[in-house]
Amino acid sequence: MTLSRENLSPVLILGGRSDIGLACAHAFAAKGHPVQLAARKVASLQPEATDLGLRYAVPVSTHEFDVLDTAGHAGFLDSLPAAPGIVICAIGMMGEQEAGEMDFAAAAQVMRSNYEAPAAILGLIANRMEATGTGTIVGISSVAGDRGRATNYVYGSAKAGFTAFLSGLRNRLAKTGVHVVTVKPGFVATRMTDGMDLPAKLTAQPEELGAAVLKAVTRKRNVIYVRPVWALVMAIIRNIPEPVFKKLKL
Amino acid sequence: MILSGWGRFPKLECRVTRPRSDAEVRALVAEGALIARGNGRSYGDAALSARGTVDMRGFSRMLSFDAETGLLVAEAGVLLADIIAAFLPRGWFPLVTPGTKFVTLGGMIAADVHGKNHHKDGSMAASVEWVEVMDGDGMVHRASRAENPDLFGFTLGGMGLTGIILRAAIRLRPVQSAWILQETVPAPDLAAAMALFEASAEATYSVAWIDCLASGANLGRSLVMLGEHAAPSDLDNRRRARPLVAPAKRLLTVPFDAPGFALNRYSVGAFNALYWRKGRRSAGRALVDWDSYFYPLDGILHWNRIYGRKGFAQFQCVLPLAASEPGLRALLGEIAASGQGSFLAVLKRFGAQDSRFSFPMEGYTLALDFPVNPVTLALLDRLDAITLDHGGRFYLAKDARMSAATLRRADPRLPAFLAMRAAEGRARSFASALSERLDL
Ligand SMILES: Cc1cc2nc3c(=O)[nH]c(=O)nc-3n(C[C@H](O)[C@H](O)[C@H](O)COP(=O)(O)OP(=O)(O)OC[C@H]3O[C@@H](n4cnc5c(N)ncnc54)[C@H](O)[C@@H]3O)c2cc1C
Ligand SMILES: NC(=O)c1ccc[n+]([C@@H]2O[C@H](COP(=O)([O-])OP(=O)(O)OC[C@H]3O[C@@H](n4cnc5c(N)ncnc54)[C@H](OP(=O)(O)O)[C@@H]3O)[C@@H](O)[C@H]2O)c1
Repeated sequence: MTLSRENLSPVLILGGRSDIGLACAHAFAAKGHPVQLAARKVASLQPEATDLGLRYAVPVSTHEFDVLDTAGHAGFLDSLPAAPGIVICAIGMMGEQEAGEMDFAAAAQVMRSNYEAPAAILGLIANRMEATGTGTIVGISSVAGDRGRATNYVYGSAKAGFTAFLSGLRNRLAKTGVHVVTVKPGFVATRMTDGMDLPAKLTAQPEELGAAVLKAVTRKRNVIYVRPVWALVMAIIRNIPEPVFKKLKL
Repeated sequence: MILSGWGRFPKLECRVTRPRSDAEVRALVAEGALIARGNGRSYGDAALSARGTVDMRGFSRMLSFDAETGLLVAEAGVLLADIIAAFLPRGWFPLVTPGTKFVTLGGMIAADVHGKNHHKDGSMAASVEWVEVMDGDGMVHRASRAENPDLFGFTLGGMGLTGIILRAAIRLRPVQSAWILQETVPAPDLAAAMALFEASAEATYSVAWIDCLASGANLGRSLVMLGEHAAPSDLDNRRRARPLVAPAKRLLTVPFDAPGFALNRYSVGAFNALYWRKGRRSAGRALVDWDSYFYPLDGILHWNRIYGRKGFAQFQCVLPLAASEPGLRALLGEIAASGQGSFLAVLKRFGAQDSRFSFPMEGYTLALDFPVNPVTLALLDRLDAITLDHGGRFYLAKDARMSAATLRRADPRLPAFLAMRAAEGRARSFASALSERLDL
């Protein structure tokens, strides 16, 4: 093997099956970082792990993880082969807005999967990183959290909570060596959006997310929109006066 | 979704799906009349189907690699660029590569692509150990020279019409460096160019850029480019320290469609004359990185836009050896007389190949592209006729406009291919705009 690699810290992907999470894994593995993929039914992720190892000649491990099992979080972290220096949480669940309106159990599932449980695991990781004085946490939130809209406010409100949590965590840890990155994708062509008719110019490919997250981590960015045009789109949407906004179909 | 091939002609509204597992492909196959699509680098309508275009880029995992033998097993949607990125640093390079690295493994197999080393190493088929193909009933068959040899033979070069290629095993070649020793030799006319090819049978790589607007005594003037994988001893000290690493290239991009008038006989003629003069002056030996050598056009993203909104059509034929010289003379004469120039005219000597439906055969292949308009379409029909008169045939991965009758006259292997299509209901399960146009 002629590949020379510095001693780079492992990157842990929570939601290792997610298209965005995997794209991040590729981006970091290409730089030489060992990869830890955590997901539900992780056995079926073996081909992804093999693929990453073959392409980038880095160690790749897989770990069973259900974010909703908050009682298991500490044990899960203890079981990792090495403490990750970078953690990327790509877990999320879109759900059906209408189901959430009719049935609070369905809404709660979306809220817990996008906010409560990811916040729990990232909070735990933050404490551990704070103790060592180093590390980076990346949360994949969403532009949907920037303003609640009739068509997906259950999901959006959970993402809003997650965004605020990440912001607070960043603020709390700013004086330590731990950095927190908030990623707000607009549309991304993934399994989550399969079959939707998305506008091409506003829709990122998962690889763009991988590259953007890598860059944001390297440059210690705080909040990024992907594609960047979404920062503008959301600035406009946030600034529409409520009396007007409430009558819009968005 | 409106799709086209790389030539952006024709364009077709297609229903597109992107499966990620055998089970998802199986569910699609049950609905019938599909065509697999790789990275859309074929020029015409081979990877288009209005009813069901199956985007195979969801099958993008590498599955295993044997560092002893260089055998790579991968899913069909893996890009050649990714294969090179992963394995060149470890001393392996594809045995056969087309002129762009933005193709998928499945697309290379289905078109049985050729590279600059066809005369020596053969087509893609030479590197393929086995393929796994899903048929119209959702059954997966492994096919190799020993197992299901008919399916193997027809799938290599079968343009996706035998089923969906899911996975394949290919052999890579060991290389000692990421560099190519290139030798450029100017040839003042066609006879000289062909003589150079014949004298260079031992060169690993050979190809010629041909000035298709030169006429009269200059007809067929070319820059013949030969290449060898460089050994570490060919490199200077700095490069020898990391022989398998070449600098990353900066990407340029063509951001929008050029207006239709940007390309005309004067601009193309001027470009070609300039390229010839520059090439002749800089002839000789040079050390070139793998990317610039094999994929010069990949450095310019979306270069297909320079032909404008209406798109362009490629013409690529191969002429049997004995008829090559008169045939090429007739083709080049017709093109020069029409004044419809092509920037990218490429001439190459093929070695012998015996295959069920692949394009290459022993002889000379000529590839050119033209902006699509009534004048060039008429010219292309005349080029078809000249090719037929000389016993040649056409590359379906490039074609967008040939007639079913022309194909029937060009290829005596057609009845066997059609029989394969008829058997087991393949024609019902797998169809593309190309197969409909050519009545396959
Ligand atoms: C700049 C440039 C240079 C080129 N140079 C060369 C060259 O030197 N030599 C050469 O031979 N070709 C060359 N080509 C053509 C190109 O290599 C072929 O068209 C190749 O098939 C494209 O691969 P793709 O993955 O983009 O496939 P697509 O264009 O998407 O599809 C091509 C064909 O393969 C089939 N196919 C794709 N994937 C599968 C699958 N999984 N299962 C079954 N069928 C499948 C499709 O149905 C279609 O018939 C060049 C093209 C370009 C743009
Ligand atoms: N795609 C978009 O347009 C878009 C836009 C903005 C934000 N995002 C966000 O980007 C992130 C990644 O999404 P994606 O687009 O890559 O879609 P995706 O492939 O559907 O990824 C979502 C992932 O979350 C995982 N997950 C859900 N519940 C879980 C649980 N309880 N425990 C563990 N894992 C769980 C899923 O795992 P399973 O495979 O096990 O179900 C899935 O892999 C999400 O946070 C999403 O909200 C996406």
